[in-house]
Amino acid sequence: MPPLTSNSAPPIIIDRTAEHIFFDIKTLSRKSSKRESEFVVAYLFNTPESQADMLRTVGVSSVEELFDQVPRELRLDRPLQLPPPLSEIELESHLRDIARQNVGASGQVSFLGGGIYDHFIPAAVDAIAGRSEFYTSYTPYQAEASQGSLQTFFEYQTLICQLTGMDVSNASLYEGATAMVEAVLMAMRVTGRRGKVIVLGSVHPEYRETLTTYLRHFDTEIVTVPTPHGTADPGDVARLIDDRTAAVIVQHPNFFGCLESPREIFAAAKQRGALSISVFDPISLGILERPADHGADIAVAEGQSLGIPLQYGGPYLGIFACRQEYLRQMPGRLIGETVDREGRRCFVLTLGTREQHIRRDKATSNICTNQGLLAVRATVYLSLLGPRGLREVAELCCRKAHYAAEQLTANTGLKLAFDRPFFKEFVLRCPDDAAEFAHRVRSAGDIGPGLSRFPTLADELGASAKNLLLVAVTESRTKSQIDCLAKTIRSECSSATKK
Amino acid sequence: MLVRDEEMTFMRNRQATNLVFELSQPGRRAAAYPACDVPARPLSELLPSNQLASQSPDLPELTEPDVIRHFTNLSTLNMSVDTHFYPLGSCTMKYNPKRHERLASLPGLVDLHPYQTEDAQQGMLAILFELQQMLGEIAGLPAVSLQPAAGAHGEMTALLTAAAYFHDRGERRTKVLFPQSAHGTNPASAAIAGFDCVQLKGQADGFVDLEELKAHLDDKTAVFMITNPNTLGLFERDIAKIAHLLHDVGGLVYIDGANMNAILGITRPGDFGGDMMHYNVHKTFTGPHGSGGPGAGPIAVRDFLADYLPGPIVTRTQLEGATRYQLTTPPKSIGRVRSHFGNVGILLRGYLYLRTLGAAGLKAVSEQAVLNANYLRVKLEDVLPVPHGERCMHEFVASAQKSKSEKGITALDIAKRLLDYGYYAPTVYFPLVVPEALMVEPTETESQQTLDDFADTIRTILNESPEFLHSAPHATPVSRPDEVKAGRQLVLRWKRHCARNGK
Amino acid sequence: MAPGHLKYAKTHEWLALAGDVGTIGISDFAVKELTDLVYMGLPSVGKKLSAGDVFGEIESVKAVSDLYAPVSGEVIEVNTNIPNDLDLLSKDAFGKGWLIKLRLSNPAEASTLLDAAAYEQQCAADHH
Repeated sequence: MPPLTSNSAPPIIIDRTAEHIFFDIKTLSRKSSKRESEFVVAYLFNTPESQADMLRTVGVSSVEELFDQVPRELRLDRPLQLPPPLSEIELESHLRDIARQNVGASGQVSFLGGGIYDHFIPAAVDAIAGRSEFYTSYTPYQAEASQGSLQTFFEYQTLICQLTGMDVSNASLYEGATAMVEAVLMAMRVTGRRGKVIVLGSVHPEYRETLTTYLRHFDTEIVTVPTPHGTADPGDVARLIDDRTAAVIVQHPNFFGCLESPREIFAAAKQRGALSISVFDPISLGILERPADHGADIAVAEGQSLGIPLQYGGPYLGIFACRQEYLRQMPGRLIGETVDREGRRCFVLTLGTREQHIRRDKATSNICTNQGLLAVRATVYLSLLGPRGLREVAELCCRKAHYAAEQLTANTGLKLAFDRPFFKEFVLRCPDDAAEFAHRVRSAGDIGPGLSRFPTLADELGASAKNLLLVAVTESRTKSQIDCLAKTIRSECSSATKK
Repeated sequence: MLVRDEEMTFMRNRQATNLVFELSQPGRRAAAYPACDVPARPLSELLPSNQLASQSPDLPELTEPDVIRHFTNLSTLNMSVDTHFYPLGSCTMKYNPKRHERLASLPGLVDLHPYQTEDAQQGMLAILFELQQMLGEIAGLPAVSLQPAAGAHGEMTALLTAAAYFHDRGERRTKVLFPQSAHGTNPASAAIAGFDCVQLKGQADGFVDLEELKAHLDDKTAVFMITNPNTLGLFERDIAKIAHLLHDVGGLVYIDGANMNAILGITRPGDFGGDMMHYNVHKTFTGPHGSGGPGAGPIAVRDFLADYLPGPIVTRTQLEGATRYQLTTPPKSIGRVRSHFGNVGILLRGYLYLRTLGAAGLKAVSEQAVLNANYLRVKLEDVLPVPHGERCMHEFVASAQKSKSEKGITALDIAKRLLDYGYYAPTVYFPLVVPEALMVEPTETESQQTLDDFADTIRTILNESPEFLHSAPHATPVSRPDEVKAGRQLVLRWKRHCARNGK
Repeated sequence: MAPGHLKYAKTHEWLALAGDVGTIGISDFAVKELTDLVYMGLPSVGKKLSAGDVFGEIESVKAVSDLYAPVSGEVIEVNTNIPNDLDLLSKDAFGKGWLIKLRLSNPAEASTLLDAAAYEQQCAADHH
């Protein structure tokens, strides 16, 4: 066994041809207080003695010899250029230093929205999701040793069906955007149509960008219905649907927070044999009609609102549910109920023949690893809230958002950009650049995102996008936080007028 | 085993397996929210009444203790890395350090909204930038995208990146090649990325057949996808030649990084001819497996592919001594492959792991993983021979063919009986080139004693009565679920009318 | 094991010919190889098939196989009992377990299929 030492790090090679990506790692690396030759990795068991004993058993004289099958000329002849190792104390202090450079929702009042929200997470969610048995197990291939996960996912599938009114739910996809794309791919398989997909301009711009990326190599036309007034006119949408159209996608409440008319749009889609895809907000279903009530064929959502922390972009939860008749075209894992050899009720992975490990290039999706632990969180969250809890959260969001909209536009010079009913989020028209405006009122809370952040929207909404700002209000916000924001905005606007 | 059986009977909470819906009692609730502190206007004044639900959602009603007891009891029906040896081949079930949990939950990290301004995220961007650098270095492929949510997502992202590169060069390449032993995600990802799939038979010993490969290479060849070390736990001996053949016809080599745990700091995909690869952070770098996810599947690619990567990536600028990080979209980017930055919570754990180990520690991980696998292989080879390869890398594929023909004991029997003894089962019947395959990956975070005990247990099992083994496991909460019934009479959700008493 | 009055495809489908109507099923050898059947997907009446086209699929818990039309023609009847009672296949693959009936567009194609002896020989070789 070679000693665990490394030479002092030679300079890293920087490829100057792509300088926008590559930089010298060393400037970021803190020096370890311990010499590397002394460090002991906490996660490795084998002492030098047991190591020697094991090597004898294997019949080799060194660990080096174990790697004989790796051709010598392909081996790395230097240590990797990585920062030196840190002990747990050093690592913690290093990370606390870095974390302090960020400003998160617990340090700043958050009115940030755009599909990800600062909803309250009950402690019980963390307690269950943190249990080693959920946390450190894998995909439940051995049903006998995985009933905990299997039953929880079966409960998750049921809860999603109850929430949406749909017939079947899978056991999770990655997140909202890819769930929507999988719905489109499924609609193409079901309808046999690849010519056209219709998507409202009020669907999350990042979801639409993801769809464009996935469909790059198809000759599918993605038709975007303009929504300059915040929502789409169902008649406009209906006129675009033809017999080449695989799917019509409606987000409701939409990216701007506004309510669309999904029932009318989905009826028109059905008439022309296209599938209806509903992108919904799970929290809104505490008070709003369900995707199934609207006539959706496939319902997808970002599940972050259901007990999942913000954590800068993921991991989140892709919710995917559909009608029974499309079951065999569904992507993702499914859990089914059965009995064991003694007749006891139990749960297993089922319909695996749809998946990549069996059907390979003809699989309904390439997904393997999914978002199991986040599905556990959503299951616990929905179990805790129950019908009344979810309704209360939705009502609080809705009322507080309306109060905020009123206050933020009263004597401030700010206006609501869209005169449409909204749920928990709305778009403000600022007197000038939205991002700069948000920055100036930052002492009272984070608001945003500004719509010009999204290149797609900047193109579609033109110059006006620059002044538009999303504001989201969850049940976690209080009247005094809203009042404080309104006051700050008022004083900012009046001082701007004086200038 | 009897003692264990009795324990199971005496200690098990019999309500544990009731469904959460069967525990529901009208009027119970766990969550109470504060009274509305803004004017409580009727919803019908705020929203069109024809959009409002006519009733509350149909969810179960439980108290917090109900919920905690239910899911805590359910959790005890799982085996996990923290509680059991979990030698599931190809999945790298290594220990997940607890420090990662505390640190990833720090304020400023866990509560960071993706649309916070760049000023407010400089620390996070610094971490992600450094992670891009480290992953590029470990791969020997300098340009990194952290966006993909899992390995399969990484495969598809890299293939779209390659497609954009070829398209930009005016080349129309339509074929993606892969060996028969490839993970199912390889062909599935190639299909989603719009390529035609060509499967190679390979040689009888599982290695790529160079002559067969050559016969398929032409100016339509886009990418050859290969897992190295391969699914037999062997280093593809001709990988450099394979890469040359691909490059000679203008194609690219994709390395499925599922087995990176064998070669960290030993050799790098970029050094043995790979042009693109993905990592499975949840395998190699200890993001937890979480009952099947979440993962993170960052990709690393050669410099000439950097401009096509999905955005955003993190870049750094230094102006007048001040360092600043920003999100950037590469100039010829394929676009987004998901919303927001990526599975940052998992990437963060990977970062913490790399910062804990450093270069020497990382190399030691692979050395011990390979030593553990070889040790266990030798301890078992007289009863469960390994048909291919003299030595293995981080995992080996043994065959129960001998025990099947001599005693009627199959790989499945062994796998199921191992559960009774408190071991999770190895991956069975994969890859197909080995009859009665048992794919064992012990990882580096197991001791010699655990491996000895595991080997002894296999020997014990092979001396048990075959009939007894056919009905194993005997000490688990359930045994041999009827998968045919599950597949024929699909019950994919609980429904009120078919509710059972459950007692 | 393979009835002598039937014709067989290498891909394990059998054909019983009566005039220009052909009844098609899969052999009990194939059913046994697949084991644990859970699903059968069959075409709708009216579908036109060419010899070699995929006309359906059969799934077991851990595998899926395509079904190939041994001859060309139009589907005139589908065994509607099959999807709900897959045991018909394991009990009576050559009788009640028939899958579809075709009106043949080119009956001469049937002569290219295997007879029972040749098919059994192929199965024996496969099994090895």
